[in-house]
Amino acid sequence: MTTSIKNLPDTEQVLSGNGACGGCPATMALRIVGKALGPNAIMLLTPSCSVASMGMTPKLGYNWPGLNICFATAGSSASGVIHALEVMKEKGRLPGELPTVFSWVGDGGTYDIGFQSLSAAAERNDNIIHFCYNNEAYSNTGVQRSGATPRGSFTTTTPTGKSQPKKNMALLMLEHNIPYVATATVAYPGDLYDKVVKAKNTPGMKYIEILAPCYLGWQFDMADTVQMSRMAVRSGAWLLWEAENGNISFNNPTAPIINGKKDAAPVEEYLMKQGRFNRLLKGSDAQQRIAEIQGDIDREIAFMRERAKISI
Amino acid sequence: MKAAAQVIMDTGAHAAALAVKSARVDVVPGYPITPQTAIMEALAAMVENGELHARFIPVEGEHSAMAAAVAASAAGARVFTATSANGLLYMHEVLHMASGGRLPVVMCNVNRGIFAPWTLWADHQDSFAQRDTGWIQYHCSSNQEVFNTILQAFRVAEQINIPIMVNFDGFAISHCLMPLTLPPQEDIDRFLPPFEPEWRLDPAHPSSFSNVTMAAEYATFRQMLADDILAAIPLVKQAAREYQEITGMWDGDTIDTYRLEDAEVVALAVNSMAAELRLSVDILRQQGIKAGLLRPRLVVPFPSEDIIQVLPRNAQVMVLDRNYNYGHPGGILAQELKGALFGRRNDITVKNRVMGIGGIDLPRRLMADEIRAMMEE
Ligand SMILES: Cc1ncc(C[n+]2csc(CCOP(=O)(O)OP(=O)(O)O)c2C)c(N)n1
Ligand code: SF4
Ligand SMILES: [Mg+2]
Repeated sequence: MTTSIKNLPDTEQVLSGNGACGGCPATMALRIVGKALGPNAIMLLTPSCSVASMGMTPKLGYNWPGLNICFATAGSSASGVIHALEVMKEKGRLPGELPTVFSWVGDGGTYDIGFQSLSAAAERNDNIIHFCYNNEAYSNTGVQRSGATPRGSFTTTTPTGKSQPKKNMALLMLEHNIPYVATATVAYPGDLYDKVVKAKNTPGMKYIEILAPCYLGWQFDMADTVQMSRMAVRSGAWLLWEAENGNISFNNPTAPIINGKKDAAPVEEYLMKQGRFNRLLKGSDAQQRIAEIQGDIDREIAFMRERAKISI
Repeated sequence: MKAAAQVIMDTGAHAAALAVKSARVDVVPGYPITPQTAIMEALAAMVENGELHARFIPVEGEHSAMAAAVAASAAGARVFTATSANGLLYMHEVLHMASGGRLPVVMCNVNRGIFAPWTLWADHQDSFAQRDTGWIQYHCSSNQEVFNTILQAFRVAEQINIPIMVNFDGFAISHCLMPLTLPPQEDIDRFLPPFEPEWRLDPAHPSSFSNVTMAAEYATFRQMLADDILAAIPLVKQAAREYQEITGMWDGDTIDTYRLEDAEVVALAVNSMAAELRLSVDILRQQGIKAGLLRPRLVVPFPSEDIIQVLPRNAQVMVLDRNYNYGHPGGILAQELKGALFGRRNDITVKNRVMGIGGIDLPRRLMADEIRAMMEE
C-alpha cells in the first residue's frame, strides 16, 4: 500500500522561507524527499533553480550540509563524499550512523552536462542517491531546451518548438544494472515518499527522477502545479514505475494504462493547458504535430511494457 | 630502537606513490594519462593489496577525478590525485573549486606538453597554464625531491587550506630510476600529523559550502585566498626545515641554489632541466665563467623576496623557460622574474630562451653553450 499523504512524517527538512517561485515543483518534491531521508544526510547541488532558491552563504533553506559543486560533476562529487565517509568510518574517524549521500540535480545537470559522470558513478555502483527533478528545461538560466524537453515544446532556444523527442533517462539508468531506479512526480507524494525510503535502505547506486511541472517554463498558472503533474501521468506523458534489481513494476495510475486496463487521457488536453505548446497548437499543421507527440508517448508506453517483461 | 631509513632504487612516479602511501591518504580518485599513469597504477595496487587503507575511485575522466577529490576533501578525507597535460587542462574548472572552496587536496602533475598536436614528452605549458587557478605550485628536480615535497605539500596545504600541485617532468623524472631514501614511517608520522579539518560536511552542522555570495562577500573570499597564497611562503620554509630536522634531507625551500654566492651569470630554470643545469654551471666554471644556478621550487607563490635577497650584485640572469608566454617574447618564468625584480633590483639583467619544448633533450653542454651565447647578446 502506498503511504497516504496524511501519514507522512512531520519532519521538515525544507525550512520555511526560500527563494523559489510560488508553486515550485522542485521545492515541493524536496520537501517530500526530506521527510523520507530525515536529517542524517549530505546534499550535493549543481547550479539550478534549487541553488538559486536555497539562500545565501553560509545559510541554506534545506536542513542538511549542502555542497555546491560544478555543473557536470554530480556523479563523481557524490562518489567522492561517500567514499570519504565510508573509509573514515572504517578507520574509526566517523562516529554515528553513515549519512545518506544524495545529489539534488535538475534535468540539465542529469541528462546533459552531468550525464558522463553520473553514468560512471552508476557503473561503479557507488552508494548514493541521485535525484533528478525534471522540469524539462534549463529553468534557472531562463528556460532553454534540455535533453528532457519534449517534442514540440517552446523554449528560448527552440523558439518554434523542439523538433526532437526527449530521451528516456530513467531507462538509461536502469540499463546500468543498478539496484534501484524509480520515477515519481509531485501529484503523488506518497508514491514519491515510499520510493525514497526504499532508495535510502538500498545499498549501491539509486536513481530517482521526479517530474517537476514548472509554471514558468511550461507557462501555466502557478496554482496548477499539482494538477499539471497529475495530467502528465494520466495522459501517459509521464510514467510512474520503479525497478528493484532490474525488475520493473508500474505504479498507479500508470499501471492500468500499461496493462491496457484503462486508456490514457488524450495528450491534447494536457498540451492545451500549457503555453509552451501554444505555437504548435495554433499552427495549420497542429493535428499532425499533436499526433507526433502522441506517437512519442505511445512508443514509450509500448517500449516500457515490453521492457518490463524482461526480469533478471 | 629507532627504525633506520631505507635506500632503494625507484622511479619518480613510484616514489610519488610511496610518498602518498606514507602520508596515509584516505581517498585517491584516478584516471590514466601518460606519463602520470604509473602513479595511479601503483596506488590502485597498494589499495587493492591492503598496503594502503584508502579508497581508489576509478573515475571516468579528470574533470570527475578533481570533482571527486574536492568532494572527498570536503567530507573530511585526506585526498590525493595525479594527472598530466590534457588531464590537467580538463580539470581546470574544478581546480578553481578546490582553491575557492579552500580544500587542501594534493595533486601531482607530471609535466607533459599539451595537445594540439600531440606530444608525450615534457615541457611546462601544462602547469604554467594553470598558474592562476589559486593552487600553490611546487616544481621538483629529482625523484627524492618528489617524495619529500609531497609530504611537505600535505602539511602546508592542510595548515593553510589551499590545494597544492607538485610538478615534475614526465619520463626524465617519472620513469627514470634513481636512489631513493625512505625515512622510517614513524618519522613521517611525526612530520605529518593526521588531517583534522576545521570544517567538514557533517549532518550535525547543516550549513552551505561554496554557495552563492553577494559581491562584497565574494570579493572578501577572493582577497583571503590571494593573501593566504602569499602567506604560504613562511609555511613552505618551515615545512622544509622541519622535514630536514626529522629526515636529514634538504631540497631547498622556496628556492634552491648552486654556486650562486659569487656568480656573475645565473642560470634560472625549474624541474629536471635545473638538475642538468648544475652540471652546465660546472662546465661554465671550468671555462672561467663565474656561473651559478637559481632554481625556484615554488612557482606559485613566486618567491620574489628570496630571489631578490640571493641574487649577487650586477648578475646577468639567464632564464631558460620550457614554456611559452604567448603574446610576449619568451617564456613565463622570465616574465615572473622581471615582475619580481622591477624597481627592486635595477642592477640585474634578465635574458631569456625558450628551450626543451615537447621534450627536446637538454644536455649540460648544450645549455652551457646557450648560456655563453646569451652572454654575447
Ligand atoms: C559549466 C557550466 N555551464 C553553464 C552553467 C550555467 N547554468 C547554470 S544553471 C543552468 C541550467 C540548469 O538546468 P537544470 O539542471 O535543468 O536545473 P533548473 O535550472 O531547471 O532547475 C545552466 C546552464 C554553469 N553554471 N556551469
Ligand atoms: S522557475 Fe520553475 S523550477 Fe525554477 S524556482 Fe520557479 S517554479 Fe521552481
Ligand atoms: Mg531543469
